[in-house]
Amino acid sequence: MSNWEILWLERAQFIDGFISTLEIFGLSISVAFVIGCGMLYMLEGAKPRLEVPLRIFVDSMRMLPFLILVYLLYYGLPSFGIRLNAWWAGVGALAVYHGCYFAEIFRGVRQTFSPGQVEAARACGFNTGKMFLRLILPQIIMRARPLIGNQLIYALKDTAFLVIITVRELTAAANSLSGTYFIPTEAFVVVIGCYWLVSMSMELIIKQCGRFSAKRGFDNV
Amino acid sequence: MSEATAVSIQNLSKSFDEIEVLRDVDLMVNKGEVVTILGSSGSGKSTLLRCINWLEQPDRGIIKIAGQRIGVTDGGKPMSMRELAKVRARTGMVFQSFNLWPHLNVLHNVTEAPIHVLGKSRSEAEAYAHELLDKVGMSHKAKAYPNTLSGGQKQRVAIARALAMRPEVMLFDEPTSALDPELVGEVLAVIKALSAEGYTMVIVTHEMTFARAVSDQVVFLEKGRIIERADPETFFTRPDTERVRKFLERNEG
Repeated sequence: MSNWEILWLERAQFIDGFISTLEIFGLSISVAFVIGCGMLYMLEGAKPRLEVPLRIFVDSMRMLPFLILVYLLYYGLPSFGIRLNAWWAGVGALAVYHGCYFAEIFRGVRQTFSPGQVEAARACGFNTGKMFLRLILPQIIMRARPLIGNQLIYALKDTAFLVIITVRELTAAANSLSGTYFIPTEAFVVVIGCYWLVSMSMELIIKQCGRFSAKRGFDNV
Repeated sequence: MSEATAVSIQNLSKSFDEIEVLRDVDLMVNKGEVVTILGSSGSGKSTLLRCINWLEQPDRGIIKIAGQRIGVTDGGKPMSMRELAKVRARTGMVFQSFNLWPHLNVLHNVTEAPIHVLGKSRSEAEAYAHELLDKVGMSHKAKAYPNTLSGGQKQRVAIARALAMRPEVMLFDEPTSALDPELVGEVLAVIKALSAEGYTMVIVTHEMTFARAVSDQVVFLEKGRIIERADPETFFTRPDTERVRKFLERNEG
């Protein structure tokens, strides 16, 4: 029996791992996106007292290796009496970590706005919340599209770290098969294929969304 | 103050850092009246206009929109963002740089605030928006996005957007200064038509011929003070001050 045949017989493990990775990624990146939007709103001047602590938080997250955040949540929190299982620790770490990255991406795009649009909104009687939701956020998302695509891929790859805290996802499946049958190359090739497949699909979708921003003149290429 | 006052400004003063840009400005705008504010750059005319809807916060003075004070509550406290937004919604502003929202098409630029600020239904807002776009000659571009419009077209949409709030007063901040000379006319024509319809307007402009034709009252700002105010005929033919005479000479033609 060739190595590939072994992997085919064990395909159920890959499929379970793949689905698990997609679940972890889908949930955590959605939460991260909301966290990023929320932080941007607070940095928008909606909660002036939170601005400095929030900046410090975002920066310290960005400067922290992701694996260490995972370790902290999984192995560190229990000493404060908070015990998360591996799956939730992983999802939490991904959501917070990439939420901070999203906040930073959005803030960067926000800074390129001319103040005139906001003045026009104020002059029309918009309050901060409605203005943010209706006028600022949609534009930021359209303009940040390529950066969002990049961040999605980053987050997808970061799910692989969770194997270290025993989350049963795609990389864990490959790890276990390569250990059992000693076929590391083939097992990891399959995994690479899966990550590429998801990444390329996302890139394609993000690219398609470019039509919306092109029509409005946000994309100049 | 009478029922017929759209905007009243009393003792308005404003400084940026140490520089005083407005000093004890008083101005009354009656309903249906068109007031143009003239003056050289740096005289404080844009700041005066932007104080009316509190885009700039004055240091002293009282501003009322149709009898309601803006920026400060009846109790004398600074207004919250929400309270301020309510009073601002009673004014409409047109900016030098148009400031349309680029992610919304022309129609939605006009309906956005009526729906989400005034709480109008979409169908009502759209019906009125079409009417206004017709008025400014832009109904054929209702589905277009701002990036595909010329400057003059953008400004006409911006005027419709401001009108959609059914404001007590329209504020124009140098509405044609960012336009190619050949596009100025179409925007001025729209503003002229509005004045004929009885809209209350306060206009900061450098277009002398236009100011003369459209105004009921002309005020001249110099170093943050109103040094001359008159009906356009008097202002442009027999100004009181030497300063205005010089200004008009330089802006002739």
